[in-house]
Amino acid sequence: MKKLIAAAALALAGNALAADSLLVNGAGATFPAPLYTKWFSDYHKAHPELSFNYQAIGSGGGIQQITAGTVDFGASDAPMKDDQIAKIPDILHVPMVMGAVVVTYNAPVKSLKLTPEVLAGVFLGKITKWNDPAIAALNAGEKLPDLAITVAHRSDGSGTSFGFTDYLSKISPEWKEKVGAGTSVQWPAGLGGKGNDGVSGLVKATPGAIGYVELAYANQNKLALAELKNADGHFVKPTLESTSAAAAGVTMPADYRVSITNAAGKDSWPIASFTYLLVHKDQADPKKGEALVQFLWWAIHDGQKDAAPLDYAPLPKGVVAMVEKTIRSMTVQGKPAPLAAK
Amino acid sequence: MLVVAGLILLELEGVARPAVRELGLFRYLVGSQWDPVGGSFGALPFVYGTLVTSLVGIALALPVSVGLALFLSEMGPKQLRPVVGFAIETLAAIPSVVYGLWGLFVLVPLLRDPVEPFLGMVLGFIPLFRGPPIGLGFLAAGTILAVMILPTIASVTIEVLKTVPETLKEGALSLGATRWEAIRVAVLPYARPGIIGAALLGLARALGETMAVTMVIGNSPEIRASLFAPGYTLPAVIANEFAEAVTPLHTGALAGLGLVLFGITVLLSAAARLLVQAVARGPRGATA
Repeated sequence: MKKLIAAAALALAGNALAADSLLVNGAGATFPAPLYTKWFSDYHKAHPELSFNYQAIGSGGGIQQITAGTVDFGASDAPMKDDQIAKIPDILHVPMVMGAVVVTYNAPVKSLKLTPEVLAGVFLGKITKWNDPAIAALNAGEKLPDLAITVAHRSDGSGTSFGFTDYLSKISPEWKEKVGAGTSVQWPAGLGGKGNDGVSGLVKATPGAIGYVELAYANQNKLALAELKNADGHFVKPTLESTSAAAAGVTMPADYRVSITNAAGKDSWPIASFTYLLVHKDQADPKKGEALVQFLWWAIHDGQKDAAPLDYAPLPKGVVAMVEKTIRSMTVQGKPAPLAAK
Repeated sequence: MLVVAGLILLELEGVARPAVRELGLFRYLVGSQWDPVGGSFGALPFVYGTLVTSLVGIALALPVSVGLALFLSEMGPKQLRPVVGFAIETLAAIPSVVYGLWGLFVLVPLLRDPVEPFLGMVLGFIPLFRGPPIGLGFLAAGTILAVMILPTIASVTIEVLKTVPETLKEGALSLGATRWEAIRVAVLPYARPGIIGAALLGLARALGETMAVTMVIGNSPEIRASLFAPGYTLPAVIANEFAEAVTPLHTGALAGLGLVLFGITVLLSAAARLLVQAVARGPRGATA
């Protein structure tokens, strides 16, 4: 009897929950997590029946979870590889916002200018002094100290490292051959710090240090940032605008799986990247599927306004128009998903 | 407990086996390359880093904590004991990430200048103390570990010293021994097995410490003789790379490191057990 009552109570509670709220689960990249948290909370306020649960476990984890089917959407800073897609062929990469990797340093130089060659030389451990002629030639008028350069990099696997090493691989054949691009790589020189705060901590605490962090983190902490010479030969400052400009400098494939580092365009910041939500093209759960499609639509339109205040670069217009088509192509149990708020 | 440990081991082994088989067990254990992009993984730099930092930690912490314990239980004024005891307990309660922050912003700059240059000048003839003083590295990690395991060793040693029979000390004193001689002849031999046990507890904590170490060791998987050089430890690399390890080979290699760490702790506790037994049976140890 007791069991029966308990079962009935459970069933009732279950029904009540189902009627009141719909929980969409996601997991993945840590880099966009602050923005996603704001989005999910704002979206929940506008649609109280819907709530999101997002676990920032890292891009690799996000890909694993969506592949295993334990979450409704994944999130990743790096696009999935072909062999990963082969396991879930109907996965869509939906770009949400853009981020940039910037070079920060701790040396008595007011505005540091670097070329790709010099940057690669420093991170390969070949340029070891601040007053190296290669650096001096780019920074005429600065008094460069006779100080050893200490390279600081991420010790944890991260999309930031992927963006940075992907860029170095593009501009330096030697880097490509010796190190390559990846979320964790075998660094030829320097010290590792955990997270953006770890790297910036190393840079701040070590005179003569140079490292890379996310633009958002650098802006919030007002770090000294180097200018980089981009593919068109212009020195650019890392800003949200120069980050967005990078997306306009590449031809976008239909699945968005493209590296936008070293992009063309005179205003393009050379180390920019997308961050993606990973969703199934055909949603199996009718309620969650519809909710997710509508949320994606909201995110690439209304949601973009939240990007800049949190130091993420919004998607440029051309990309938004493309992503609209992608979202329209999504289906729920084989039927096109209704987009209420167009 | 055994069942839980067994399940954890089985699970780790399941993840690690394919990767270790692909890499070759021997090459995996003694390899010194760690290249996630090229797919070549060797555990040796991490084993080396773990052992070196833990040994530095023990070497620094053991004399200090035994001295502290002796002072508190044998020599110091009674009123001071609760105060120092409270301070030691507070040290034990500080979260390791806070130790890491302190290490990064206080200890490391101190080591970079003046400690490491000074050591290099005075002891530079030993390879351990050569090389550029970066601050981050084995020495920084070992020093942090020493501070972290000091409360464990000290408080266990205090308890051990309490068990030394008064009659032993009084006997020594009545034979004309000074206070220090009484400690050396009567107290320490009696307490030795207990002190080794305390050191082992500290060592176990040092081996597994992750957060504080990764913040100050420099995270560079290389084997270098100098204590000033940056290194890497087993727990640190697992924590750092696991979340974003995308290839099964990388994940498996990291899980394998977990097994290696487990193996090291088992070996060390077995060795320590033997040591305690040998010491307890030793001729100079008082019969208990």
